[in-house]
Amino acid sequence: MSAPRSGVLNKQQREALIDPLFNNNPIALQVLGICSALAVTTKMETALVMSAALTAVLIGSNVSVSLIRNYIPSSIRIVVQLTIIASLVIVTDQVLKAFLFDVSKQLSVFVGLIITNCIVMGRAEAYAMQNGPVLSFWDGLGNSLGYSLILVFVAFFRELFGSGSLLGIQLFELATEGGWYTPNGLMVLAPGAFFLIGFFIWGLRAWKPDQQEAY
Amino acid sequence: MQPSNTYTIGFAAAVCVVCSIFVSGSAVALKDRQDQNKLLDKQKKVLAVAGLMEEGQKLSPEEIQGLFDTRIKARAVDMDTDKHSDAVDTATHDMRKAAKDPALSHEVEANACKVKRVANHTIVYHVVDEAGSVEQLILPIHGPGLWSTLYGFLALETDTTTIKGITFYEHAETPGLGGEVDNPKWKSRWPGRKAFDDKGNVAIKVIKGAAGDIKKAPHEVDGLSGATITGNGVTHTAHFWLGEDGFGPYLQNFKSGGAG
Repeated sequence: MSAPRSGVLNKQQREALIDPLFNNNPIALQVLGICSALAVTTKMETALVMSAALTAVLIGSNVSVSLIRNYIPSSIRIVVQLTIIASLVIVTDQVLKAFLFDVSKQLSVFVGLIITNCIVMGRAEAYAMQNGPVLSFWDGLGNSLGYSLILVFVAFFRELFGSGSLLGIQLFELATEGGWYTPNGLMVLAPGAFFLIGFFIWGLRAWKPDQQEAY
Repeated sequence: MQPSNTYTIGFAAAVCVVCSIFVSGSAVALKDRQDQNKLLDKQKKVLAVAGLMEEGQKLSPEEIQGLFDTRIKARAVDMDTDKHSDAVDTATHDMRKAAKDPALSHEVEANACKVKRVANHTIVYHVVDEAGSVEQLILPIHGPGLWSTLYGFLALETDTTTIKGITFYEHAETPGLGGEVDNPKWKSRWPGRKAFDDKGNVAIKVIKGAAGDIKKAPHEVDGLSGATITGNGVTHTAHFWLGEDGFGPYLQNFKSGGAG
């Protein structure tokens, strides 16, 4: 990390925000939350909405867990965290159904599955239980940005090569409609996302060799 | 710190109360909007299966409402007499609720579609042209998939056997497998196929693999790979709703002009 500078955030907060992007990315380094990264990334739109939903839940759960961290009896802390996360996820799902109905239909069960997304639970247990609400907020935002970064990266290539479009706007004319581009079927299927995440992790670890696992 | 049991239980209870107020509060506050979305979505599906708008075409709620009001005519069908009826209000009649209410529904014989009760009155949609004559019939259908009940519409031409389209507006099948019943490409395999064979028996069927063109296989539709059970469910659904306990007799009445 660079030396502390004057700015809105102090060094610790900046680290909480920036670290999860590349140095400690929840998907690329910790390999958490893969399930939804495969499922909702065939289109940019669903990936963006999913990212926003996860951001809301992660920040909400991090801050609320952090606020009551000193009162939570340690014997039931996981249950309490899960209750808070589940409530936030249900509310997020309700909001999506009310305001973004079409997208929420495409996301179907995956918003609900944020409850079991290891990133949310992992951050609550590993970070929010030990740190104050402000730091937890930045950590939540940082981790959701790290997650969103991968989702958008994967969705960008999957939509571009799988459907020849971006955000629903047709860029390559499809062969089925008289154009020149034959969509790559692999990109539409889940394995396409595996390859892309694999390439991303490869690139990241080539750039930052300290993330390579020792054998 | 080892907190007392009383504290732990009290804390858990407090968390539960706060969370449940939060969740139920938002559910109540957003219900109207969600219901409106659901209604709009249903109207959109009716328009789409009728071919009056393209799948995924962006129309404002007012445009959808307008198109729906001018081109779609909802009619109640009495499932006992198999004729049109004015006994229920087509705008407010809830078929799903009615099918659960013993006073408003009747039992049907055991069937592969696993439908136990059918509402005494169902709502079908007539697609009408500018002059007001009926162009298509849209029938509400529902039946089992792998995980969930699929709710949808089947559109028929006025010969009551040529399929114009099929769509499902509510289901919880696996995205990418059974969920592909939503796929416009798969739905485009339906139009032109015949629901009934020459003897008047329901013949339409979702098969495994590709069905080939309409002339060669007028009663067969491509299967969804990796979703055999969902495909079979769609077959059972079509057979039940076009059969004796479903809309079969109504369709005959309609064809002979005796539906009222």
